[in-house]
Amino acid sequence: MNPLAQYAEGLERQARLRGLDYYPVDFEIAPQSLMTEIAVYGLPVRMPHWSFGVRYIHQLVRQSMGNSKIFEVMFPGDPCRAFLMDSNSLAENALVTAHVLGHADFAKNNQLFARFHEMSGGNIVEQAAAHALRIQRAINEVGVERVEAVLDAALALESHVDVSGELHRQRYPEFVAERKRIDKGAFHKRFSSLPGESEPQEAPTGQLRTAIPPHPEYDLLWFIAHYAPDLEPWERDIFLMVRAESLYFYPVFACQIMNEGWASYWHARLLREADFLPQPTYLEALKAHSDVVRPFAAGEQTALAVNPYHLGFTIWERIVERDGLARALEVRRDEDDFGFIRNWLDRELAEESGLLVYEESGDGEIRVASRDLAAVREAILAPKFNYGAPRVAALAVAADGSLDLAHDHAADGRGLDAARAREVLGYMRRIWRRAVRLQTADERGDKIELAA
Amino acid sequence: MTIRIAAETPWYELFSRGARDWLRHNQKVRSAVRESLPELLSGDDVISKPTNRTVLVPVKVLEHARLRLLEPASQQGAGQGKGEAGDVLRRAREEGPDANAGGTANGELRFVLEMKIDEIVDWLWEELKLPDLQPKRAETMEQPDYEREGWDKRGARSRLDRRRTMKEAVKRRAVQENSASIINEDLRFRQLVKRPTPSTKAVVIFALDVSGSMDEGQRRVAKQFFFFALQGLRRQYAKVEVAFIAHAAEAWEFEESQFFQASSSGGTVSSCAFELAAELLRGRYDAGRYNQYLFYASDGENAAEDRARSASALRTLGETVNYAGYVETGGVATFRPRDTQLTELFREMQAQGLPVGMSALGSQDDVWRALREFFGSRQDEPARAVR
Repeated sequence: MNPLAQYAEGLERQARLRGLDYYPVDFEIAPQSLMTEIAVYGLPVRMPHWSFGVRYIHQLVRQSMGNSKIFEVMFPGDPCRAFLMDSNSLAENALVTAHVLGHADFAKNNQLFARFHEMSGGNIVEQAAAHALRIQRAINEVGVERVEAVLDAALALESHVDVSGELHRQRYPEFVAERKRIDKGAFHKRFSSLPGESEPQEAPTGQLRTAIPPHPEYDLLWFIAHYAPDLEPWERDIFLMVRAESLYFYPVFACQIMNEGWASYWHARLLREADFLPQPTYLEALKAHSDVVRPFAAGEQTALAVNPYHLGFTIWERIVERDGLARALEVRRDEDDFGFIRNWLDRELAEESGLLVYEESGDGEIRVASRDLAAVREAILAPKFNYGAPRVAALAVAADGSLDLAHDHAADGRGLDAARAREVLGYMRRIWRRAVRLQTADERGDKIELAA
Repeated sequence: MTIRIAAETPWYELFSRGARDWLRHNQKVRSAVRESLPELLSGDDVISKPTNRTVLVPVKVLEHARLRLLEPASQQGAGQGKGEAGDVLRRAREEGPDANAGGTANGELRFVLEMKIDEIVDWLWEELKLPDLQPKRAETMEQPDYEREGWDKRGARSRLDRRRTMKEAVKRRAVQENSASIINEDLRFRQLVKRPTPSTKAVVIFALDVSGSMDEGQRRVAKQFFFFALQGLRRQYAKVEVAFIAHAAEAWEFEESQFFQASSSGGTVSSCAFELAAELLRGRYDAGRYNQYLFYASDGENAAEDRARSASALRTLGETVNYAGYVETGGVATFRPRDTQLTELFREMQAQGLPVGMSALGSQDDVWRALREFFGSRQDEPARAVR
């Protein structure tokens, strides 16, 4: 029997003993080339698009500079699918196997993961491959330019989905029962109360068509798929495929610190308790562990980023130590990164880890801006709000079919990068096939309207 | 829990989706580059080595745009390490000429695309659609040629068409029984007819004013224009011959290598160049066999007393050549109260319906507009006059 399979069995026994609970995990040892692609595409087999080619080159450049090694990738599901790099040593693979068990437990029990698992059915790897096949068929049928135009728009709006909504969401109800009475105001009330004045009887309006959209709609992928005036079925299909994949990625995005920390906690603990591991293997694995969870690169004193492995690992260790494993299991069930950082990152931990907020000015100078706990928490969470995207909603479809969008620049604190926004509007226009307008603010905070 | 090893799924190594999408990206870059051709080739280095058949075009990696917030004046982020509020973690960038050498700060990737000049010129000419570069009409050409046309039952043995003959024999034997395999009636000979064909040869005369008023920059722009005009003509004709004339107060014919070095401090007498060109065309490049093109570059300041002589020399040329083009260097940049003498002359010829055109060349950027004006669809857009 392969020694890794043997260790895996032992690690699994330990994990069950400690109360980890997960769907079966299907491990696969994959070559560098596949691992690189998984890192680039986010899934082992995914739709073709030129922007992935750009990321692929960036990834190759990073790898050639030696600062990006991928040990493993795991896709939650039933079964979970884990890919281990074939150049990992046996010790590294033992560590990575334990790490994956931590992820698998997290993916089954965390409420956010569980909800998305329920909606999408736990076989996204297969679904994504099927999506890729369908898109390839569309390319064969209508040509690469037309499919690319749809993907340009859909992938650009990838993060603009309603993460609290359903995967399979109904269209708006076709009709509203009746028009709401308009509040007539104080003057009117007093006037009609005058003697001799009676309220004119309004004819009942009966059923009315719903305004599209009836409320600002933030799920742009869904909205375009269902309400774009002349969308072809295969185009809608592509929008919904991109949306399904995007929803699948959300829990991973929103729980990154917790999830990586949880997996790191468990690989450390399972290896420590694995008496079947030979001592040299354990030491080598320990070395790999400390490389993964250290806050700075070797020889550095500061880092302008927070290592989610280190931060998550530190917080989890503290929770287990102070509140016990049972409480930790509850936290991993209930929180996402927002709750995890705000509820469990305390002053003591922040100081021990040397967390800080830095500020980079236009000339490239970087200063420590603050060590205040609230500021640190918000700086860590800032890139995670709204799936990392500006808040943009569809407001209305005009009589000529053109689309009005609005950016909530008050909530986001500033306007949109106009050049990029115009480009995205250009992508959308090709799919919407009518004018598309977007309200946002410029550098001075004045309202502007961009159009394509 | 099962552990599979990659050897069980060897197809992973067989193809690369990443490489496939990168190639698609490069295709898009190429077509984007294609849309900005003029800027691409207007650099100095493109012409300076005519033997170098490719250009290296630095391009940026395309960005798939997403909605993003404006870059704030100062960027905040979370980090880890020592230091108190206000401590400097990284000092401001040194401002200097080399500040951005080797890529930009945000890690933007640049790469170099190698493109064949021929390919670019092809694209360019595709875009320009070139309606004017037609060979002269056949009846004006005295270059008869023999062409095959039809078959006959009699003819010289050397023109026997064996395949055709065999076909005839097969057809005949299909209706005649027990006949000989081939008889005289089956023989078919190719016939030739004499027919004038349009000449595929062309001659281009590049005439350049090298008088004292033409500075280095003006001559370089003229040279670029000549280069691309020549590339275009080469696409159209099987054989293009080129002659170079430089003039100041006198005109000389030059070899290409010396042509652009030539300079003179003398005054400008354009007529001598036109007369020399006419002489060359008459003597060496007979209008019956050659499509003739003349391109003349000058700053337009001709000696006042030479006007009449230039006009008549030009008219003689205008009547024989397929096309004569005049580019006036420095024309866009400098303010001139009125048209220069040469512009007036060419405009008069144009008014008479002679095949001439003119354009102003202020800088390298104008080269493409000028080419478009000369070779482009002049039907819908008359050549812009020199100011």
